[in-house]
Amino acid sequence: MAPLIEVRGLKTYFYTDDGVVRAVDGVDFTIEQEKTLGVVGESGCGKSVTALSIMGLIQTPPGKIEAGEILYHRNGNVTELTNLDPKGKEYRSIRGNEIAMIFQEPMTSLNPVYTIGNQIMEAIILHQKVGKKEARKRAVAMLEAVGIPLPRQRIDEYPHQLSGGMRQRAMIAMALSCNPSLLIADEPTTALDVTIEAQVLTLMHDLRKEFKTAMMLITHDLGVIASMADDVVVMYLGKIVEGSTVRNVFHHTKHPYTQGLMSSIPSLATKRHRLVPIEGVVPDPFEVPAGCGFEPRCPQSMGICKRETPPLKEVVPGHRAACWLYE
Amino acid sequence: MASDNVLLEVKNLKKYFPVRKGILRRVVAHVKAVDDVDLYIKEGETFGLVGESGCGKTTIGRTILRLIEPTAGGVIFRSKRLANSSEQYREVDVTAASPKVMKALRRDMQIIFQDPYSSLNPRMTVGAIVGEPLLVHGVARGSEREDRVRHLLGAVGLKPDHMKRYPHEFSGGQRQRIGIARALALEPQLIVADEPISALDVSIQAQVLNLLEDLQDEFGLTYLFIAHNLSVVKHISDRVAVMYLGRIVELARTEELFDNPKHPYTEALMSAVPVPDPDYSAERIILKGDVPSPVNPPSGCYFHPRCRYAREVCKTETPVYRHLGGEHFVTCHLADSLNLRPVRKG
Repeated sequence: MAPLIEVRGLKTYFYTDDGVVRAVDGVDFTIEQEKTLGVVGESGCGKSVTALSIMGLIQTPPGKIEAGEILYHRNGNVTELTNLDPKGKEYRSIRGNEIAMIFQEPMTSLNPVYTIGNQIMEAIILHQKVGKKEARKRAVAMLEAVGIPLPRQRIDEYPHQLSGGMRQRAMIAMALSCNPSLLIADEPTTALDVTIEAQVLTLMHDLRKEFKTAMMLITHDLGVIASMADDVVVMYLGKIVEGSTVRNVFHHTKHPYTQGLMSSIPSLATKRHRLVPIEGVVPDPFEVPAGCGFEPRCPQSMGICKRETPPLKEVVPGHRAACWLYE
Repeated sequence: MASDNVLLEVKNLKKYFPVRKGILRRVVAHVKAVDDVDLYIKEGETFGLVGESGCGKTTIGRTILRLIEPTAGGVIFRSKRLANSSEQYREVDVTAASPKVMKALRRDMQIIFQDPYSSLNPRMTVGAIVGEPLLVHGVARGSEREDRVRHLLGAVGLKPDHMKRYPHEFSGGQRQRIGIARALALEPQLIVADEPISALDVSIQAQVLNLLEDLQDEFGLTYLFIAHNLSVVKHISDRVAVMYLGRIVELARTEELFDNPKHPYTEALMSAVPVPDPDYSAERIILKGDVPSPVNPPSGCYFHPRCRYAREVCKTETPVYRHLGGEHFVTCHLADSLNLRPVRKG
């Protein structure tokens, strides 16, 4: 498959009164066309900031893309997104149209004073250059595609009239309304109940195939990653610590952090056993360790880990890890 | 039904919240948050209560502690502390206890909250927070109290010099440890843990789960563990009750529930949980629609509009909560005839 998005050496920093936060600190990955890349990590690891950097939604100041490039492949051309003005015409024609995003909390990301129909139609009218009538027709079709019952009536309802699951469906309808080549989903089911989560995940899985959309799926839930992603990158303290296919990451785990995550979650499918947690806590973003960021919590830490940051490199073909164990 | 080592028994518990409308705030309807629930919790066990948001699991926990007054029903607690010299325990109905008895009962029953950020007073030091129950109940004062606090902090994996710090100086996981130390201060018999790990990061959740298990062994605690995460509930519980719209739909020993589910909702809930294994291919049962509003629940069995096995009888008649043998209870007309899918082992 051909690459759709290539992120190379991306660094997004935030300059706060208390110091510099290196939210994304040198990140490399590729999203293939029509594939799903899962991004796993805990709060503060930089997974959402990576997504916002691709969307051109980093607020400046305090944030700034310090280095790196985001190469967007379309129709045989390559566009370097970090060179574009985030508020300029070209970025605006990409954002919401070719690259769309859905957020964790559908209540706060929908505008409460407009009907969901208005909000979906806004994107269609803006990007697809069609009239109101045609836009409404397409919005109804989208609501139907995401499984909202009675779409002709629900289109005129306000977000507060919908349940959490229905709101997330409306968000998905809006994001897919312009048939984007990339859908970025930031914790799309975290706020939902488990039976509703199953509905939404199944829906996203089916629609992605139908619309031939690539997806960047950001979540802390390894179960969601296992059932949805083709490829996975694991982030810790603004860096990728491991990346490969979903099978490699789950069955041939390389990095001690990923191993720690796997051993610390109970699974329905395994027998009861004592969990092996990761000791300690994620370091303060202002006091990042000198060497490997995971060293203070790592059960396999060695002398070099305290001094030097391990590079992210291929440890076996097609499987990258940033760890001195594989030198 | 209740055997000798029962610590707490909940009988026909109901909690209806009024829905008021208009200028006169007239009661137009009731939310049946807890609707006729029976259960018992045995000494030393972890009893898991699982269900989706709005199913009434938190309301049950709070009604047991009488943080919410029930509409009807009883909560019988067997207190060792209130027993006189000739009895092993004293049976007290929590819902009818006088203020004096209630205060004594508070030493026996404690709670750990979900959100470690809002459940600790930001203006109090950790020493004052953990030591406050000791002061209120006149258990220890002065240097003895300080010693106790130091010991409690040690038991939950914090350092004695953390006493003089304030909650904002701690991470989420450490704050949850502070909340646990406070709950332990009065040496309770029962701890209601209401979603104690769902606000924590994945790598921290296991630390707190292990701590809760260790403390149970060390102090002989009984837990009512309330959570929406089925994997966590399965991991920590000896017995599990599944709730739907204010009712228990199924209750059984943990292995029995997951190997031999008898209620279609349990089956669907188990199959919906994403399993962290890319080769796990069991097909998900996708429930139709949303959880109905508890203000206006469906007729008959509350689950019938989403149930793939529903028959005519389910629409008209409300199933009773019945005993299937062993420690297995279910609320379903069809429980005897259905062959439901257990959790597939990976």
